[in-house]
Amino acid sequence: MATETAAPTPPAPKAADPARRTVRKPARRFNSGPILTTVTWVLALVFFSPVLWMVLTSFKQESAAASDPPIFFFAPTLDQYRAVLGSGAGSYFANSAIATGVSTILVVALAVPAAYAVSIRPVKKTSDVLFFFISTRMLPVVAVIMPIYVIAGQLKVLDNVWTLVVLYTSMNLPIAVWMMRSFFLEVPGEVLEAAQMDGAGLLKTLWRVLMPMVAPGLAATALICVIFAWNEFFFALILTAGKSATVPVFLVSQMTSEGLFLAQLSAASVLASLPVVIAGWVAQKQLVRGLSMGAVK
Amino acid sequence: MSTLVARQQIRARKSATERKAGGLSSAEGWRRRLPLLPALIFTLIVTQVPFLFTLWYSLQNWNLLRPEGDRFVGLSNYVDIFADSTFRRAALNSVLFTVGCVFFAMLLGIVFALLLDRSFAGRGIVRTLLITPFLIMPVASALLWSMSILNPTYGLLNWVIGLVGIPPVDWTSQHPIASILMALVWQWTPFMMLLVLSGLQSQSKDVLEAAQVDGAGWWRTFISVTLPQLRRYIELGVLLGAIYVVNTFDQIYLMTAGGPGTASANLPFYIYQRAFLGFDVGQAAAMGVVVVIATMIVATLALRLIFRSFDVKD
Repeated sequence: MATETAAPTPPAPKAADPARRTVRKPARRFNSGPILTTVTWVLALVFFSPVLWMVLTSFKQESAAASDPPIFFFAPTLDQYRAVLGSGAGSYFANSAIATGVSTILVVALAVPAAYAVSIRPVKKTSDVLFFFISTRMLPVVAVIMPIYVIAGQLKVLDNVWTLVVLYTSMNLPIAVWMMRSFFLEVPGEVLEAAQMDGAGLLKTLWRVLMPMVAPGLAATALICVIFAWNEFFFALILTAGKSATVPVFLVSQMTSEGLFLAQLSAASVLASLPVVIAGWVAQKQLVRGLSMGAVK
Repeated sequence: MSTLVARQQIRARKSATERKAGGLSSAEGWRRRLPLLPALIFTLIVTQVPFLFTLWYSLQNWNLLRPEGDRFVGLSNYVDIFADSTFRRAALNSVLFTVGCVFFAMLLGIVFALLLDRSFAGRGIVRTLLITPFLIMPVASALLWSMSILNPTYGLLNWVIGLVGIPPVDWTSQHPIASILMALVWQWTPFMMLLVLSGLQSQSKDVLEAAQVDGAGWWRTFISVTLPQLRRYIELGVLLGAIYVVNTFDQIYLMTAGGPGTASANLPFYIYQRAFLGFDVGQAAAMGVVVVIATMIVATLALRLIFRSFDVKD
């Protein structure tokens, strides 16, 4: 690395981004590390600042929340959180928990056998099936929302949380099949052969031998399903009203009915985002694999 | 660390299993397919049946506000929507949002990934901070941007640009598309960053060291060694990102409601407007069909790439 003195100067275009300049430094000079670290931290904090601002606002009084110039130092209050929790947020959170939890369980129950069938003991046309699954995830939901609305109306399941359970299951199933498939493919072939030698049936093989090996993958798959289901807004907006509305719908109702209650809205936003943010922070390593449907570890 | 699934090993196993599968009895074949069927049937019913209805609706003149009810009109809804300048505008906006968001999110994502691809104090914390925007509920983030950050009177961004003497801007009404793009890029940059970071960490250190021993500078190494290796990850990020972003609804519904007028409506939002505020089921369905066809063209490209990444072959 010390031989790196005669680095050719690249013909950098005028609008050079700061990262290019900064990242190049460590190769040339030993003591540029701290500078680069500082730049990284500053950029990260700037990028994170909207979140920070939301959290700060949620601890303000309303008068301090919408002020020009913005107020950075204030006596924090929990009033807004009390107001949100006192405004009947509980039922929305319960609906979201049911829609998210039950749909995730259903997705896993359907996806694990399906992924097993397309990975461990594939038959012909396996890739056609995989293609079909993923193409349904790419289908714009807006193209099927009208029939779903009409059919749900005729079946008398509008404003019913179980309608959301079914739709969220179908929304997440393709991703889960692909993810679980990528985890099954990593199970060494000898393990399966040994299980078959012992004469273990399909369910037994699946349960006793495979599940412990793909348990981390299962957790990652469930996490992705939880993120997508918890944050889903479009179906919830159209198919639910008062009784079965979920957290995103609750947030929107806060905005429209209460006017400019910015601090309270921020507190509601923090509470609404918290479950997924914490889950995502804890499971950072699995996130990228889930988002790429298993293609990238 | 190898990142794209251990392909060699899989290929070996696949050819072995397929050789076995070649001589299967049909009973054995069905026994193997059985675990697949519940998921397959469920998906067929929930996703394909409604789409058949959409196809049927698109051939009807069906407006819930008009009393005469629905009647078969053939392809005239399709003729109407292509003559509809708002539809064309919404289609253009869809492309604009998707391309703009994916491009800028990928650019920023590469920058952040490069900065994270070295060890420094607090690296874990920085990574955690950077992925957070992706985890924030999109509805919450749309409200945060439109009401807190971009508000014309007390918004944080106007205060920041005011520090350097730029007069306040009414972001969401003067620059609706740029405003929505800001929120979208903010949300999707972590996604791109995580993919690119995986790509960077999968690089073999030997090649990088060899490049440095050969006297290649950082920029040269990046262009001729790192970037080619990242290509697959960048492609995957662009295509997966595009598939998600093209369906953007939350930010548009909450930040501008497609306005002013219909200036910032994309196709999902315009179809929603036509169906649930204009009650024109027939035309909305025809637009839905057009969107599906367009999406499938892009998705076929995406799938080909994903299949290459996964190394799926029949």
